[in-house]
Amino acid sequence: MRLRGLIRKEVRHILRDPSSILIAFLLPIVLLVTNGFGISLDASEMRVAVVIQAPEETARGMLQALDASPYLSVQRALSTRDGETAMTEGRVRGMLVVRDDYSQRLGRPGSWPVPAQLVVNATDPNTARILEGYVSGALQVWLSGQQHERRLVAPGGIDLEYRDWFNAELRSTDFIVPGIIAMVMTMAGTLLTASGVSREWEHGTMESMLASPARMGELILARLACNFGLGIGSMIMSVLIAIVVFDVPFRGGTVALAAAVSLFLMFALGLGLFISTLARNQFVAAQLSFLTTMMPAMMLSGMLFDIAAMPHWLRIITYFVPARYLVAILQTLFLAGDVWPVILPNLVGLAIAAVVTLTATLLVTRRRLD
Amino acid sequence: MLRRIFALIVKELAGLWKDPKTRFIILVPPIMQVALFAYAATYDVTNVPLGIWNDDAGAQSAELVRRFAASPAFGVTGSFAAPEQARAALDARTVAVVLHVPQNFSADVLAGRGAQAQLLLDARRSNSALMAQGYAAAIVAGFAQDLHPTRRPPVVLLTRDWFNPTLESTWFILPGLVCVLSMIMALLISALSLARERELGTLEQLLVTPLRPAEILLGKALPGIIVGLIDANIVITAALLWFRLPFLGNVVLLQAMLVLYMLTGVGIGLVLSSFARTQQQAMLGMFVFASPMIVLSGYAAPIENMPYAAELISRADPVRYMLVAARGLFLQDMPLAVLLSQAWPMALIAVATLTIAGFAVRRALS
Repeated sequence: MRLRGLIRKEVRHILRDPSSILIAFLLPIVLLVTNGFGISLDASEMRVAVVIQAPEETARGMLQALDASPYLSVQRALSTRDGETAMTEGRVRGMLVVRDDYSQRLGRPGSWPVPAQLVVNATDPNTARILEGYVSGALQVWLSGQQHERRLVAPGGIDLEYRDWFNAELRSTDFIVPGIIAMVMTMAGTLLTASGVSREWEHGTMESMLASPARMGELILARLACNFGLGIGSMIMSVLIAIVVFDVPFRGGTVALAAAVSLFLMFALGLGLFISTLARNQFVAAQLSFLTTMMPAMMLSGMLFDIAAMPHWLRIITYFVPARYLVAILQTLFLAGDVWPVILPNLVGLAIAAVVTLTATLLVTRRRLD
Repeated sequence: MLRRIFALIVKELAGLWKDPKTRFIILVPPIMQVALFAYAATYDVTNVPLGIWNDDAGAQSAELVRRFAASPAFGVTGSFAAPEQARAALDARTVAVVLHVPQNFSADVLAGRGAQAQLLLDARRSNSALMAQGYAAAIVAGFAQDLHPTRRPPVVLLTRDWFNPTLESTWFILPGLVCVLSMIMALLISALSLARERELGTLEQLLVTPLRPAEILLGKALPGIIVGLIDANIVITAALLWFRLPFLGNVVLLQAMLVLYMLTGVGIGLVLSSFARTQQQAMLGMFVFASPMIVLSGYAAPIENMPYAAELISRADPVRYMLVAARGLFLQDMPLAVLLSQAWPMALIAVATLTIAGFAVRRALS
């Protein structure tokens, strides 16, 4: 009976101040759209300067092959110095140099292989590697055409065929968007409850709540329940945006999704409550919730960077970032389906995170009463 | 005027340093974040769990498997005899890549017939899959070359990596962290400042002091700028002393760019603050703005990959310009002309946002 009254109070709070609604619905839309379009590891039209010092005709075939690649946008540069300047100023990502003895050596199989030099701006190592891959791919296409024409034997002759499962086109959006949902949920969930309690302390309304017959557990439960509803709504919206706007397939079932989301929300809302109970004012609460959610969820959850490639000690730390479990579950649900061997252990991780934060919140609240 | 501003700076600095909680929040998070995130941010792959599914009993396939196992990119964690086993292991993520060698591989290699092998990849993480493909291709090409050392291809690609010859991820991410962490701090501190005074009703008290609106604004802007600069320099120090990044540019230029950059940060924060009625709204505004600012800046993924609309929005993002300047000054001796082309958009953003915030304060006055 008392609980119902408390819930009614919380619902009124939410309706009166638009902040909560905005957090649950506006924040995810903004974050999903900007992050979804903004984080793409799929390069297209990478600008490359080409400097050809050899006689024009002989290099034409290679140039055409580079031009034909959908990943490269070839720009002619007159000298290596021009190319270097363009690279330093960031106008091109790399420069391919074909030296003046290229045609002569290409005509004499004895002096093979003829080097073609690629200079890459490696400030961004990932993009540098991808560019190298695309240039060498375009050259391969040209070479195999040449070999076909001249009836040369392919060197070695081992063909490695790739089968990219779950994401055949290697579209980075498909794995990043589920990760972004996890990041958005961390932020929205925590923010929903983070400023609530600290505001009541700051305004002195907490004391009057405590003077009422409602027990602390009930207060927390009522607050959790209301924000839980908002969080679920926010989550459904996010998944729909992923499917409709970003065209990410969803191959899993709703049961696994609902379980993962519920547990994760319990954790995130609990973290928000914990922070706002611990912090004496909203300023500190804001800083703590910002620092504990956005950057860790982005950098340590596996959303963007592969956890397996991190140093060992850091991999251990990622187990304390619950977003990691949600990212693993969401990536699997979206791209692979209900793979329980992946989902179950991660659900256990989420459950532990939820229980720990909620218990900690209860303990801290009880201590603050004295 | 100058003396009053100086007094204001001293007051703000003392205010920041006196409160142990604030002191903690200025110093500890940047150090912790540098330690964690600099090591986390790599798109490269090492020790990718590899499953072997070898249907061939010959010596050639054994050699190919040996070469995969010897590569630092892969670590063999399983072997399969049937497609279902490989499929289950990929599904459950116990392996990320499966090398399948078909039955007649060795015979084909020895006969010079053009042998075939397959690589099955868990492409849930597309970038890692792409990287793994690259390493696998290099291993197979090396193997093929060694089988027929006399058959040379007509052309080879020699790659030289400028500015970061060993392709260190930390060299890429740390200049980015300088920009991101300082921006977050400047935003946090300035976004909540005016909103807090308004919510608690102390803005009126401030308005009856002899301070002019511009001076009030300056007082609200300074803490964010100072803390942002401190945090930026903590990251710079860590980058140079611990991570051993090169610094080829000019230190004074970097600091000057950072001051300009922090002005844009507090400008945006104060605009958010002046529109928010409560701290919760200011906080929400900051969350809504900070994440796109970081993401659209090119911090995590190159701007060239973005759709045109996102690229357009990123032009209003100060982080984008500072990022180019910071990476340029650390890793290459960026020419002054390029630096200036990054500086003037930041100056524009700073002037625009601070003017808007100034109007908001004046409106509150009257």
